[in-house]
Amino acid sequence: MATTEEIQSGLAEILEEVAGVLPADATPEKSFTEDLDVDSLSMVEIATAVEDKFGVAIPDDELANIRTVGDAISFIEKNQS
Amino acid sequence: MSRGLSLRKGAAGARILGFGDYRPRRIVTNDEISQRVDTTDEWIRTRVGISERRFAGDDESVVDMSVAAAGKALATSGVLAQDIDTVIVATCSAPAPIPGLAPEVAHRLAISAPGAFDLNAACAGFCYGLSAAADAIRSGSARYALVIGAEKLTDWTDQDDRGTCIIFGDGAGAAVVAASDTPGVGPVVWGSDGEKSRAISVAGRSSFMTMDGRAVYRWATTQLADSAHRACELAGVDIGEIDVFVPHQANLRIVDSMLRTMKFKDDVAVARDIVYSGNTSSASIPLALTAMIERGEAKTGDTALLLGFGAGLTYAGQVIICP
Repeated sequence: MATTEEIQSGLAEILEEVAGVLPADATPEKSFTEDLDVDSLSMVEIATAVEDKFGVAIPDDELANIRTVGDAISFIEKNQS
Repeated sequence: MSRGLSLRKGAAGARILGFGDYRPRRIVTNDEISQRVDTTDEWIRTRVGISERRFAGDDESVVDMSVAAAGKALATSGVLAQDIDTVIVATCSAPAPIPGLAPEVAHRLAISAPGAFDLNAACAGFCYGLSAAADAIRSGSARYALVIGAEKLTDWTDQDDRGTCIIFGDGAGAAVVAASDTPGVGPVVWGSDGEKSRAISVAGRSSFMTMDGRAVYRWATTQLADSAHRACELAGVDIGEIDVFVPHQANLRIVDSMLRTMKFKDDVAVARDIVYSGNTSSASIPLALTAMIERGEAKTGDTALLLGFGAGLTYAGQVIICP
């Protein structure tokens, strides 16, 4: 089980790789679309990478509810096996 | 036990003898679209990969474009119209459901009384049609077939909907497929996921197309690589030997994502016709391949992996030998 810190840094790595977001900018309160300029298709790529890295499943309807970096972190925390 | 029936003797295989395309006259740039809806050239290029697309005019119907593309394919392949016995038009943007377009297309090409039908597998339509033609040839139902992918998607696109109007365009592509002792159309790998039937749809006859781009993108980038590998395996070709990769031109990011997950050789030629044509559904694969052949990027004898996918959801892929 990854800790919150591990999830945050793992997610930051994915965000940097997929969408070019600087790790320092990937703080929990940031909105993917409003603050980090991540579009809907990049969100899909991020979701796929998160699924591979943390062993969670993110269905499309759940993905639509993930708006901030913090939302993603708590989703992974709740659903990781 | 009831009696069995006799069957025709078919050919050993089918082979594509030539391709042809038709691109509508009017080029629509991203700047032109951004005058109507809130978007920019830079956004469309980076997010979708399209620089321009073609919009068909009143004198460029699905039938008109089909006839033009098929005429070019006949000329390229050196096959006479009178030798064609089967005409398949893959389209999801016919102006009306009755009649099918294939008989009129055949008539205008002076093809006499062929088996003729339309086929709707959306953006996978050309690959479905090619498989139907090759199988008809192998079973003896056909000797020379025309397979056409033709779309006038602008008839079904809301030009004020930013989610779709930047993406879709019009055009047609065609191939002449013939009986051959040396198979040049490999076995198809096809399938569908009807649970996602609403991901891309037109709700009714007066409606425009809607698309859940996120669901389609995810499906295309995660579910199709295995089918592509399987199509290569069935054709007896290692994916690392494929010379030309022609995926449906839905979004350049899907193409790039597929390149990351499939194990092609470094110098594989990859279709990127979406840059100039937008997404033309069933026409995209033959449009892209015709252009690649004309530019010398796909050479005679090259192995090409075709991979169609789209509304339905449907998908189909096969390996062909380039004419």
